[in-house]
Amino acid sequence: MATDITKVSSHNAEAAASAPGMPQLDFSNWGNQIFWLLITLVVIYLVLSRIALPRIAAVLAERQGTITNDIAAAEELKAKAVEAEDAYNKALAEARAEAQRIVAEAKAEIQADLDAATEKADAEISAKAAESEKAISEIRAGALESIKDVANDTAVALVAALGTQAKEADVTKAVATRMKG
Amino acid sequence: MEGQLAHIGAGLAAIGSGAAAIGVGNVAGNYLAGALRNPSAAASQTATLFIGIAFAEALGIFSFLVALLLMFAV
Amino acid sequence: MAVDKSGLVFKPMDQFVVKPLFGGDHVGLFTVTNVTFWMALAVVAVVAMMVLGTRRRAIVPSRGQSVAELAYGFIYKMVEDVAGKDAVKFFPYVMTLFMFIVMANFLGLLPMSFTTTSQFAVTVVLALMVFVTVTVVGFVKNGTAFLGLFWVTSAPLALRPVLAIIELISYFVRPVSHSIRLAGNLMAGHAVVKVFAGFAAIAAVSPISVVAITAMLGLETLVAFIQAYVFTILTCVYLKDALHPSH
Repeated sequence: MATDITKVSSHNAEAAASAPGMPQLDFSNWGNQIFWLLITLVVIYLVLSRIALPRIAAVLAERQGTITNDIAAAEELKAKAVEAEDAYNKALAEARAEAQRIVAEAKAEIQADLDAATEKADAEISAKAAESEKAISEIRAGALESIKDVANDTAVALVAALGTQAKEADVTKAVATRMKG
Repeated sequence: MEGQLAHIGAGLAAIGSGAAAIGVGNVAGNYLAGALRNPSAAASQTATLFIGIAFAEALGIFSFLVALLLMFAV
Repeated sequence: MAVDKSGLVFKPMDQFVVKPLFGGDHVGLFTVTNVTFWMALAVVAVVAMMVLGTRRRAIVPSRGQSVAELAYGFIYKMVEDVAGKDAVKFFPYVMTLFMFIVMANFLGLLPMSFTTTSQFAVTVVLALMVFVTVTVVGFVKNGTAFLGLFWVTSAPLALRPVLAIIELISYFVRPVSHSIRLAGNLMAGHAVVKVFAGFAAIAAVSPISVVAITAMLGLETLVAFIQAYVFTILTCVYLKDALHPSH
């Protein structure tokens, strides 16, 4: 088909030499255009294949390498960070356990002190209570004696008032018997 | 007279450009319809899209060329 | 073209005329023409982008270097993905084609410029280079097994000769469509811009014309890249056929 166009147009180009035709089909300058095109392509090819493309490929490879290295370094740093966090957590847990131990110890100490104090206080209180009881019983005994005396005296007085002389010993005996009953 | 007939022929040949436009629209429209149904596959088919458009358009360019030949070279 | 009574002048094809740069009318084989000039500019642009942009070899790239690396990665990935891992040795060749076409296309967008890739002389040579390379590589790599490309074993036996003829024709049409696609797209876009520019001579429609030219240039920027991309990716597809001819 290309040859068809060529044939048709070459016949036309002669006709178009005088009349304004399609400039693209003016075959008299095809040789010139093809010549310069080939030079252009060869120059571009040499520039690209010798200088530009190897350079860009090198830059891209280098960048890929740098990125890979950076990623590796970042991963390493990340591992380190995780390690540090673990250490921190461990230290935190240890500190917490220590604190708990100290708290428990202090609590136990305080409890012991408290118990001792309570015991001492209890002992003191019971001693005081015993003393007081003793005093009270003494007082009670005193009181009984006094009642006996009063009763005796009253009985003697009553007997005397009735006009009889009674023996004091008898009265006392009688009062004691009466009071027991 | 002959020159005027050539101009009429050129106009008729230019209808081919419209036909090519229908073809290109068909390609692009169907691509879009497919891409909307399955967007994940769309990116891998853009090359095919452009090849399809190029083939459809080439025929329109042929008719344009025939028109030009009739106008200037006959 | 036509000059009608309103004074409208349409010369959409004048921008494609090859002219000697230093006077004279004759264009010989070695004459320095506008083709030479704009191709040289393309070379300068490629060198500026790919060599000067990367001269610092920075690990953290500057803007220029990122663009160069982006282009490198783009084409490298394309060759690897489309043509296969063993096509990587053709990477400088594919890169050369891509860089030249994309730079020539973009330089062609400058006002008053000459678009070298809109010339059939240029694109036909580019396409034929790809065609010859692919055919030679195909036969050198696979020997006669390369002809299996035309013998579709997955089809019924009766259909295979017919398919073989169709495949053969489509194989030889490849360089034609490959070259005309590139030149045609570029030529069409630039001619349309010139036609709109012609309308700017009428005061009433000139604002619309200017807006239309702006819009067309935006579209042309896209086309300039896409056509370079398509040319390159088709090269890769053809290379894949040459390296792995089984369907």
